[in-house]
Amino acid sequence: MYRYDEYDQAIVDARVAEFREQVERRLKNEISEEAFKPLRLMNGLYLQLHAYMLRVAIPYGTLDSRQLRMLAHIARRYDRGYGHFTTRQNIQYNWMKLEEMPDLLADLASVEMHAFQTSGNCIRNISSDQFAAAAADEIADPRPYAELLRQWSTLHPEFSFLPRKFKIAVTGSKIDRAAIKLHDIGLELVQNEAGEIGLKVLVGGGMGRTPMLAHVIREWLPVADYLSYMEAILRVYNRHGRRDNIYKARIKILVNDLGAAEFARQVEEEWALVKPLGLDPPPSELARIAAHFAPPVLDANAPVAIDLSNAEFANWVTVNTHPHKAPGYAIVTISLKAPGEIPGDASADQMDIIADLAQRYAGDEIRVTHAQNLVLPYVRRADLFDIWQVLKAAGLATANLDRASDIISCPGLDYCTLANARSIPIAQKLAVKLAPQEADLGELKIKVSGCINGCGHHHAGHIGILGVDRKGEENYQLLLGGSGAEDATLAKILGPGFDENGIVTAVEKVIDRYKTLRAGPAERFLDTYRRVGAEPFKEAVYG
Amino acid sequence: MAEVYRLRTDPEHTAPAVPLTDYQPGGTAVQLEPDEDARLLVPHLGALKRIDISFPKFREGRGYSSARILREAGFTGEIRAVGVLYVDQLSFLVRAGFDAVLPETPIDPAVAERTLTRFPFVYMKATDGLQPVWALREQASA
Repeated sequence: MYRYDEYDQAIVDARVAEFREQVERRLKNEISEEAFKPLRLMNGLYLQLHAYMLRVAIPYGTLDSRQLRMLAHIARRYDRGYGHFTTRQNIQYNWMKLEEMPDLLADLASVEMHAFQTSGNCIRNISSDQFAAAAADEIADPRPYAELLRQWSTLHPEFSFLPRKFKIAVTGSKIDRAAIKLHDIGLELVQNEAGEIGLKVLVGGGMGRTPMLAHVIREWLPVADYLSYMEAILRVYNRHGRRDNIYKARIKILVNDLGAAEFARQVEEEWALVKPLGLDPPPSELARIAAHFAPPVLDANAPVAIDLSNAEFANWVTVNTHPHKAPGYAIVTISLKAPGEIPGDASADQMDIIADLAQRYAGDEIRVTHAQNLVLPYVRRADLFDIWQVLKAAGLATANLDRASDIISCPGLDYCTLANARSIPIAQKLAVKLAPQEADLGELKIKVSGCINGCGHHHAGHIGILGVDRKGEENYQLLLGGSGAEDATLAKILGPGFDENGIVTAVEKVIDRYKTLRAGPAERFLDTYRRVGAEPFKEAVYG
Repeated sequence: MAEVYRLRTDPEHTAPAVPLTDYQPGGTAVQLEPDEDARLLVPHLGALKRIDISFPKFREGRGYSSARILREAGFTGEIRAVGVLYVDQLSFLVRAGFDAVLPETPIDPAVAERTLTRFPFVYMKATDGLQPVWALREQASA
């Protein structure tokens, strides 16, 4: 994985020194909270309901064991012993003290980490495929492109005061595990007949108040020029994106208002002007970065066949591992969704245990998924049993990947100032209720947001739940039929909302109806819904 | 308004800036609002000595593009950021092409000096001629 050189380290160290001084000025009241707010936000520090919340960037969701141990240390030293992995592959700490932030950022910098641009109206953490470099279905590792984007977007002088936040995802596979159609910019590595790698460019996707799927504005972008093309997109957006209404300020609104073809034309026109300015690094820079991402040396003789006589272990292997590029290897997903627990939370002790496993068995890498789980990307199948035993003892061997209890949930009203309703308790209740039958249900993605901003990706849920405020009461809307994958669709509201217990019952009714409607055990809920439409489910819930 | 914080050494061009809508060819100072197209000024860059760009709100970011577009078009006169701006934005402003700031609240020159020298390296090319780290890496490995 990527290692900082003297330049990267100097920039992150300077950022720590800068923020230390800004915090001192604030604590001495030399700057107002109004002036300080945007400064702390650009360092990922929010003021939440009970305390400050810090969001730490995990670029493209990749960590090594040293970094994960540091995240555990931070949880112990500065928080209450746990952290919350987010739907953008980052980690949040919920109980921060302003005066301790400079030391915390210095601790992060010591392991090549930071909180650059994890908030504010700027280019946010670049997200990517959690199975990068390991998935059998991949064209190329997307992370070098994501790292170059990270560097290019860090403290960008023109694009640090955009109309609104800006999220970019990069993937290297046709199987979309990064939800690229739901990002401001989605980039997909594609290969032409000559075997060259290029980028397909999608713009204008997003969730929130006005969910939209991204449009392809370029089928093939040469990798040598992609940063100047990004400059062109961002400049068109920065100049012409709406600033009069924050709910209409995302790039999706601009793309929709202009039409994708006209937006693309304006980008091409701008690109023609900026491309000759020499903004693109030479190919050697991408090659330098790519060399860092070379996979670990793998055991060419790793056995494929393993002992699956332990049924519980065998089930975990079936549910929580994916095929690997290399024979005899597997990709392991560690579920942070034990039913009844807070989705995406991990204790400091659990982080340490996972770091140890990664170091010992998995090429010293850990990935964070946008579904709030963790991944060990390079595991010998022969080591799976040992790993499973360690995970089981730590409460981390829940075999529920992509199943009913593997629920994405935002922090909701338990923590977040923006929330209208709690989302964590809904996720917890549903997980406990549905876990006993989830093996029968197969793939079922439930996603819960506590407000219209949609951090819990409810629009992309096979079953989505949106918490709203109705006359001072928490109310939950039920949405069906969304997907954030390569077959992306936006979920649609089924009908009137419910209270906390009502929404759980409604989801159970939807699932009961699915079981009577499905064409066979292999037909997923999403496929049944797409085949039969909303009516039968409406009838089941409201009928 | 506080005093203008200037990074140029040439004498200040003190003519009042006229709004773009009132600008006549040959005018030497103009004020550009956030929603006005900087490229409309390109034919007049030879005559202009100072271009003021408004920042009515801290969140306003269009001026950064305007300044950069003007520099990319070859403008070498003063580009002044005017409005709700803080010292912490100085390095963004300077890299985008501004060389003077007229903020609503005064800029402490000592803090400004530290802000402008804070980051020893930059990741991307802009209009200030600084070499991005990819260029430095290239030179180091050559």
